[in-house]
Amino acid sequence: MKRVLLSVTGTVLGLVGLLSFKSHGSPLGAAGALAGPAGAGSGSVAPQPPRTTHRSNSQSSGRGNAGNHHHAVHRSATPTSTTLLGRPIQTPYGVVQVRVTVAGSHITKVSYAQLTAFDGTSQQINSYAAPILVRQTMQAQSARIDGVSGASYTSAGYEQSLQSALDKAAGLR
Amino acid sequence: MPADEAFGSARRVEQCMGTVFTFDVRAPGVPEAVLDDAVRLLHEIDATFSTYRADSEISRLARGELTPTECSADVREVLDRCAELTADTDGYFSAYAAGSLDPSGYVKGWAIEQASDLLVAAGSENHCVNGGGDMQCVGGAGAGRPWRMGIAHPLGVHELVATVVGCDLAIATSGIAERGAHVLDPHTATPPRGLASVTVVGARIGLVDAYATAAFAMGERARGWLEALPGHYGFGVDSDGTAWSTGQWGEPAD
Repeated sequence: MKRVLLSVTGTVLGLVGLLSFKSHGSPLGAAGALAGPAGAGSGSVAPQPPRTTHRSNSQSSGRGNAGNHHHAVHRSATPTSTTLLGRPIQTPYGVVQVRVTVAGSHITKVSYAQLTAFDGTSQQINSYAAPILVRQTMQAQSARIDGVSGASYTSAGYEQSLQSALDKAAGLR
Repeated sequence: MPADEAFGSARRVEQCMGTVFTFDVRAPGVPEAVLDDAVRLLHEIDATFSTYRADSEISRLARGELTPTECSADVREVLDRCAELTADTDGYFSAYAAGSLDPSGYVKGWAIEQASDLLVAAGSENHCVNGGGDMQCVGGAGAGRPWRMGIAHPLGVHELVATVVGCDLAIATSGIAERGAHVLDPHTATPPRGLASVTVVGARIGLVDAYATAAFAMGERARGWLEALPGHYGFGVDSDGTAWSTGQWGEPAD
């Protein structure tokens, strides 16, 4: 084991930069879509100049290297939103099904279509695990968290359902 | 699931052992067939060790239909390791915590370790195998980038409570959040008090996972025990929400 760092974060503000999740291996990720701050695609990201017709210069959208150049995939025009349902995933502690709204190549919203539990304990688990993961997906862009320890059942189901929704989104494009 | 060519990475999710395993393989990738092998290995381990399967070796051993010497090398190894862990943890880790033989508390971490070793043998240099929130991370998350792993807050605060950053490490969290109060103090057969969750970080997930289970079972004793445990780092959240960590961590990130 090499050097290990621990960052204990005491405030919500301190957590904002940490709550992110890169969906490696997803079809959207492969297209360079999961890059740029949360809510990108809504036109609210200020510093990005409008896209011009000059595709050969450095401002043009470069999908192939988008993973390293987060601003390269922003678009000035708001693409049409599509909402997709992920597969319901059975976990030992309940059913998780994710609903994803995609605008062009950006995830603009993630919510739960189903979040059921077989007992009170699981309900408690789900209700606290969900916001962590939703925020992670919304902030997938900065890619600063690779996984989460704890809250495993819901998170794994979430991941699977989200993946299936992203698979569908990729099929539409 | 197709490999992600942009990142040279691949991801595989598999349900097994009552939880979900995720393989997150970063460049250089491995052939899909290697991931197939790793998934098959997990199911083989489950078939051997599951206490939910009447025909598993562990079930037959528990019923007295097999003696330990008649068991496979894997079963003997796991039983030996469980016995060592019981001694190392003052009895707080036990394959008999619930009364009858149930080595599941060690088997999951050991299975993650076996699957990770299989990927390494196939040439993988950077990957994370995550089994229900316990993980073996090999190498880093990318070129020059360490893994960054969040620790879920155990008390329903809707946030991560800490982030662990590093290369070549194993992380396991045991606590009330994951499955309710499922860990029992083997000495009293009751849930431990004082701790909401404890995370252990070390080199190998088999040991790390068992240590996390033992530390959680210790309750208020966990912190002192982890402080004295060589080669491992501890992070805990008490029942009142107070977070603590043992010494020896690096400089705080950010």
